[in-house]
Amino acid sequence: MTFNNPVHQRQWQAFRANRRGYWSLWIFAVIFVLCMGAEFIANEKPLLVNYQGNLYVPVLQSYPETTFGGMFETETNYRDPFVRELIEEDGWIIWPLIRFSYSTINYDLTVPSPAPPSAENWLGTDDQGRDVLARIIYGFRTSVLFGLILAFASSVIGIAVGAIQGYFGGWIDLAGQRFLEIWSSMPILYLIIIISSFVTPNFWWLLLIMLLFSWMALVDLVRAEFLRCRNMDYVRAAKALGVPTPTIMWRHMLPNAMVATLTFVPFILNGAIIMLTTLDFIGFGLPPGSPSMGELLGQGKANLHAPWLGISAFVSLAFLLSLLIFIGEAVRDAFDPRKYLQ
Amino acid sequence: MSRLQIENLSVRFGTGEPVVNQVSLTLQPGRMLALVGESGSGKSVTAHSILRLLPPQAHVSADSMTFEGRNLLTQTEQQLRGLRGGRIGMIFQEPLNALNPLHTVEKQISESIAVHQGLSRSATRQRVLSLLEKVRLPHPESLLGRYPHQLSGGQRQRVMIAMALANDPTVLIADEPTTALDVTVQAGILDLIKQLQQDMGLAVLLITHDLGLVSRYAEDIAVMHQGSIVEQGLTAQVMQAPAADYTRHLLAAEPGGSPPVADPNRPVHLRTKDLRVWFRQGPKTLFGRKSWFRAVDGVDSLVRRGETLGVVGESGSGKSTLAMAILRLIESRGDIELDGTRLDPLNRRAMTPWRSRMQVVFQDPWGTLNPRMTVGQIIGEGLQVHRPDLNATERAEQVATMLEEVGLPATWQHRYPHEFSGGQRQRIAIARALILRPELLILDEPTSALDRSVQHQVLELLRDLQARHGLSYIFISHDLKLVRAISHQLVVMRDGKALEQGPTEAIFRDPQHDYTRTLIDAAFSTRVHALG
Repeated sequence: MTFNNPVHQRQWQAFRANRRGYWSLWIFAVIFVLCMGAEFIANEKPLLVNYQGNLYVPVLQSYPETTFGGMFETETNYRDPFVRELIEEDGWIIWPLIRFSYSTINYDLTVPSPAPPSAENWLGTDDQGRDVLARIIYGFRTSVLFGLILAFASSVIGIAVGAIQGYFGGWIDLAGQRFLEIWSSMPILYLIIIISSFVTPNFWWLLLIMLLFSWMALVDLVRAEFLRCRNMDYVRAAKALGVPTPTIMWRHMLPNAMVATLTFVPFILNGAIIMLTTLDFIGFGLPPGSPSMGELLGQGKANLHAPWLGISAFVSLAFLLSLLIFIGEAVRDAFDPRKYLQ
Repeated sequence: MSRLQIENLSVRFGTGEPVVNQVSLTLQPGRMLALVGESGSGKSVTAHSILRLLPPQAHVSADSMTFEGRNLLTQTEQQLRGLRGGRIGMIFQEPLNALNPLHTVEKQISESIAVHQGLSRSATRQRVLSLLEKVRLPHPESLLGRYPHQLSGGQRQRVMIAMALANDPTVLIADEPTTALDVTVQAGILDLIKQLQQDMGLAVLLITHDLGLVSRYAEDIAVMHQGSIVEQGLTAQVMQAPAADYTRHLLAAEPGGSPPVADPNRPVHLRTKDLRVWFRQGPKTLFGRKSWFRAVDGVDSLVRRGETLGVVGESGSGKSTLAMAILRLIESRGDIELDGTRLDPLNRRAMTPWRSRMQVVFQDPWGTLNPRMTVGQIIGEGLQVHRPDLNATERAEQVATMLEEVGLPATWQHRYPHEFSGGQRQRIAIARALILRPELLILDEPTSALDRSVQHQVLELLRDLQARHGLSYIFISHDLKLVRAISHQLVVMRDGKALEQGPTEAIFRDPQHDYTRTLIDAAFSTRVHALG
C-alpha cells in the first residue's frame, strides 16, 4: 500500500475529481484541527497574562488568585471584574476569541436565560446561561472524536472477524454467521438504556457499549471479499510458496477488502455521531453538563421560544453530517473500478 | 453476387490510432470466410461494426458496406434492429453470458421470432422445436423448459445457434464460437455450422484465432494483424503458400517440436498412488448417506527427474484438482511421494520446507499476480519465506537474475502487473515459481489464455529451462498439440480417472481407448470439407 502505486495514484485523482468531496475533506480537516484546540478558542481563562513583568499561561496552568494580588488561595476566576482590574493595573491580558468555556455561566446577562444572540454571546446562551457557540465547539469535538474512535475500533474488529470467517470458511464461518444474526437482532437502544441505569455512562462507557454492537457493519463485506479472494490464483500461488497464513491474509487479501471498508468508513462515522446525538437528546448519553449536540437539541425542544438553540444545533449537526457524506461519496468514487481502471 | 461486402472499413476509438484500418471483406453465399488474428488484432471489432454493435465512442467509416444491395452505413437504427437477429445472425464466444439466465430455452428463442415475425404462440412453439431439431439437439421437447445453467456448454452454444437461425438469416457471424468449449464439443459445433452453411446456403463469417479450425472448415481466409488485413485468399492456398510474413509467423507458431531428450532410467521424482479427491455434494441430511463428487478418483502417476508428465482431459476431468492435491493445497487421500518421502502425512508446518521444492504456475495471467504488489515484491515473496537470511538488496539481485532468466529486463521489477501483457505476466509467474529453485514445476494450463505465437514463446522458455536446470514438469492442458510438444509421458484423464497413460508418442501413435482416439482426432484431423 504505497503511494507510488499507480492504482492508488489514480484513486487519489478520482477522489480529487469529485470537487465537492475534496473540498469537504479540507473543510472537515480544518474544523477538526481547530476543534482539537477548543481550549484556545473558547475558554473562560485568558491565553496569556502579563502581570508585573511576569508572563502567565492560565490556559495551560492554574494560578491561585494570590499570584495576582487577590485574596483567595483558590484558582483565579479571571471573569471576576475585580481580578481583571487587579491584573490590568500592572499588565495586560490576551483573551481567546470566545471568552466562555462550555461550562461557563454568564452571570452578567441582562435578560433571563436563554438569552438571544448578542455581541457577547454570538449564538446566545442556553437555559443555564452558558454560551451556545462554546458548547457547539466542544460538542463538535466530542462527537467527532467519539465517531472516529468508534469507527476505527469497530472497523478493526469487523475486519478481523470478517477476515477470519471468510478465509477459513466452513464451521468457523457458519458459527460466526449465526452468532452475527443473533447479536444483530438485539435492540441496541434499549440495551444501552438498561446498561446506563447501572453504570454511570461517561465517554468511554458509551464507546464500549456502542462498540459491542457496531462492529458488525463491516463483517459481511470483508467476509464476502475474503471468500472471493481465497480462490484467487495469487493467493493459491502464495500458499504453494509456503507463505504463512497471517501474511497471506495481510498482504494479499486485506488490501482488496480495504476498498470496500474505506468506502464504508465515512458512513460508519456518521452513524456513530447520530447515535451519540440521539442518546444525548433522550438523556441517556454523556453525563449532565457535558457539551453535546444532542443535549443542545434537547434544550431547543424544551425552549421553543428560544429558536437560536435548536437552529444552531441543527445547522452545525447538518453541516457536519453533510461534510462526512460528501467525503464518503468522493471515497466511493475513488474506489469505483470503472473510474480508476480505465 | 456477394451477400455482404465491406470496403475500406476503419474504426477508431476516441482520438486514438485506428484499431481497424482499411479492411475490405466479401462474404459469398454458401461459403465460410475465416477472419484470423491474435487478440487485439481488431477482428471482433470488425465483426461488431457490421451491425453497429460498438460502443458510442467508436468512429466507424467505410467506403461502402452493403448487405444484399442495401447500404448498411445509411440504415437507421430501427432498420438495423430489423437486420440484427433477422437477416444477419450472430453467435458469441461465451454462451453463458449471451443467454439470459432467467429465461427458458423456449423463451430465449421465441423472443427473437416474436420480434421479427409476430407468429402465434403455437406456431412459434413449432418453429422453436424445428430450430432445436435443426441444431441437432436431442429431445427438443424436453429442452424447452430448461434454463441456461441446466445445459452443457455445447448445448448452450447450439441454443445460441438456434437463436441466430430463428429468422432465416442469410449471413451468420460467428465470433469465436467454440473458444470456451472442449475440443470434442468444438468439433460438433463447427460441423453443425458447416452443415447449416451448406444446407441453407449461408454466408458465414468465422472469427477465430485457431488456424487448425480454419484449415478444416473455412473455404476462404483473411488474416488480420494490428487492424489491417495482411493476406486474403482461398484457405488451401494461403495455408500451402503463405505470402505475408505474418501469416508464416502464425503458421510457425502452431506448437511443434519435441521435448528435450530425457534419460528414461533417471530416478523417480514424484509418484502418486491411488490419489483421490472427493467433494461432498448434494443436500446434507443428518443421517442420510453422503453423496460424493469424485473429482480425482484413484490416480496413479509417476514423474521421473527431468521429465515432463503431460495431463490432458476436458474441463471437469479433474486435472487441475489433481495438481492442487499434489501441491497439498486441498485435502486428498492416497500416497504422494516426492523423492521417496511421503508428503501426504505432513502437516502444514512440516510441509513448508517441501514447498520450495515444488512450485506451480496457473492458467489465468490476469488473476495470478497480485495487482497491488510490484513485480519485484511478487517474485521475491518466496525468498522472504524460505531464505529469511537474505536482505533486501540480495533479494533484489536474485529477482533481477530470475527476470533475465525468463526473458524480461531486470529493471522491470519496480513495475506493477497491469503494465504487462498476458505473455509477460506468465513469464513473471514462472519467475515467481522458479526463484526458489524448485525441482518440480506444476504447470496448470500455463498457456491457454495466450495467443498462439506467445504460447509458442512460453513453451520454448519452458523447454529451455528444463534443459538447463533438469526440471521435472507436470504439464496440464486440454490442448493435445501443446502437450505433445512438451511431454515425455502422458496421462489422459476423464471423470477423475486416469484413462490411459504411457509414453506420449506411443499414445499418439496407438491410442488404446476410444475417448483418447476422439480427442486426438478432434485436435489433429485435417479433413477439409468439400468446398461448396
